[in-house]
Amino acid sequence: MNYNITNILQGIWKLADQTGPVAIMEVCGTHTSSIRQYGIPSLLPPNIRLVSGPGCPVCVTSSADIAAAIALASLDEVIFTCFGDMMRVPNGDVSLYSLYEQGRDIRLVTSPLDALTIAQEYPEKQVVYFGIGFETTAPHTAVLVEKAAQAKVRNLSILNSHKTMPQAITALLQNESSIDALLCPGHVAAMIGAEAFAFVPEKLQLPAAIAGFAADEILAAILAIMDLLHKQKLDCVNMYPQFVTPAGNRSALNLLYRVMEPCDAIWRGLGSLPQSGLQFRPAYRDFEARTRFNIEKTETTEPKDCLCAAILRGKAIPPNCVHFSRDCTPDAPVGPCMVSSEGACAAYYRYREE
Amino acid sequence: MDEVITLAHGSGGVKSRELVEQLFLPAYANPYLNPLTDSAVLSVGETIAMTTDSYVVRPLFFPGGDIGRLAVSGTVNDLAVSGALPKFLSVGMILAAGLEISLLQRIVKSIADTAKEAGVQIVTGDTKVVEQNSADRIFINTAGIGVFPVGRSIPPQKIAVGDCIIASGFLACHGMAVMAERNHLGFQPAIESDVAPLAEMVQGVLQANGNSVHALRDPTRGGVAATLCEWVTADTDILLYEPELPVRPDVGAACKILGLDPLFIANEGVVLLAVAQSCVKDVIAALQRDAHGKHAVLIGEVRKGSGRVIAVTEFGSHRRILLPRGELLPRIC
Repeated sequence: MNYNITNILQGIWKLADQTGPVAIMEVCGTHTSSIRQYGIPSLLPPNIRLVSGPGCPVCVTSSADIAAAIALASLDEVIFTCFGDMMRVPNGDVSLYSLYEQGRDIRLVTSPLDALTIAQEYPEKQVVYFGIGFETTAPHTAVLVEKAAQAKVRNLSILNSHKTMPQAITALLQNESSIDALLCPGHVAAMIGAEAFAFVPEKLQLPAAIAGFAADEILAAILAIMDLLHKQKLDCVNMYPQFVTPAGNRSALNLLYRVMEPCDAIWRGLGSLPQSGLQFRPAYRDFEARTRFNIEKTETTEPKDCLCAAILRGKAIPPNCVHFSRDCTPDAPVGPCMVSSEGACAAYYRYREE
Repeated sequence: MDEVITLAHGSGGVKSRELVEQLFLPAYANPYLNPLTDSAVLSVGETIAMTTDSYVVRPLFFPGGDIGRLAVSGTVNDLAVSGALPKFLSVGMILAAGLEISLLQRIVKSIADTAKEAGVQIVTGDTKVVEQNSADRIFINTAGIGVFPVGRSIPPQKIAVGDCIIASGFLACHGMAVMAERNHLGFQPAIESDVAPLAEMVQGVLQANGNSVHALRDPTRGGVAATLCEWVTADTDILLYEPELPVRPDVGAACKILGLDPLFIANEGVVLLAVAQSCVKDVIAALQRDAHGKHAVLIGEVRKGSGRVIAVTEFGSHRRILLPRGELLPRIC
């Protein structure tokens, strides 16, 4: 989309004149990153505040899952595969990256199917894939599992930590009064459809807009939200129609739910949220790495004084944290929000002003 | 010739001699090296520049280059941006037992070809062989000596208010090429590194506009962001015109997919220059006369300020550019 930025900004400023303070939460990590990268807050009136929510898959992965990943990656027979930004998430003094530095066989992949290729290339090894992310990445993991099952590949398993977005938004924002509107995630919406976000105005009583990721697309969505607030209209506007259809990508969702089913899941900072995770259906449970390697469940622990949990809830901003930019930096993160380029702390750090 | 490197190749005995005489010497031959004395005896001008760097890149071969071309270009460019004319190089190698001689031959040929292209001679070297698990196949160290052409002033390497910042070519090509190859990202067509020796291009600029060039740097690790953060002084700001940053479409797309900012990614075929405003056009013209400088462009300016590097986006918004930290890792989605 090519919007006229000047017109959009004029519209936002004009509407902001007529509203009180407005807090808009973005629940997608890529939005957080774009907002900081493009300096969007510097273009907005001072009474519009953008608040980062729990939209970074790395940030919401529980420390128990990170501990399981570290335990698996430490096994001699295992080639551990994961996305790049999972590498530095610390669990105490250990991270996948520190294991990699010690010579453990940990490989970055950009597609889950790479794990299948590696498994076929090294039949004497056990390949484990760390499945994280929301509805955008979960179907790819489902494809991996289905293909591995069809090819009868026995040396591949998945540390499944996939989650679904709407349940987290509901858990976070119901009975919440500090957020006035929601900027909904374009990638997730492309998968689950615009209609899947109708619960935001209906159940949470918040106006919302589904947004793309370019600066003009984000600003256009903010204008749409300001318009809804001004008209006191509860709706979720699809401002990313070139990729988001009302019903979403049904074939990908069918595939996903053929392999996985909803389950309760623990989110970093948010605790256990009912039916917000995805587990393998019984026919595919053999692919769960925790079972195959008998990985014991550990308690979820948060680093001391780390505000990641409050930041994920929109209750604090990164500079509020005592660790931020002091002992917590992207190359030595204390909490997960500083790890991923999509994490709120990392985005604030990279584009900080002081 | 043997097929693989063995510990004997590093023993100082017959095998070591074979390696030098049959592989290195024919490739690098010149009058300073050929006598194989303990030191090369060199004749240089009054003021010389000297630098050294080690190369441990993985994979050893990547689209557009290899560790050998990198080892020569990196050191040559360090000399070039000091304003010196690179003359002599040393090449030290740490080889792991088991390394295929045929692979070493390819790397040595690349070193020899790049040295020729850069106009430098390899006048001394060293080889050590270690056990297979002690090193990752091959590490290369190069040291270089360059001379300052008589009568030419040495760039002060200090920016001044009013200077313009010029990039000599597309940014982030090398870093993205290596990252794509290392992580098997499978971009089609593959992203090519622009690794190249740039001494001739730099000398061309300094010959024509020597006094107007206040600072020069090849923005390798840490990318353009690191160089500008090092250049900026307590009483200046550097403003970067983000829409003007030269980024090849394939590199830009890869950066977007992986969540990386081209400003922070390593370059090996690019020079940044801070030049007096009055001669910007001349410097860009001089750069563009060289094949490696064809895409040279003005990307920013130096203003009175407080030590900040600021990118001005296409929408007029500002964002601060800070020194990068840690290794860049591709994101999840």
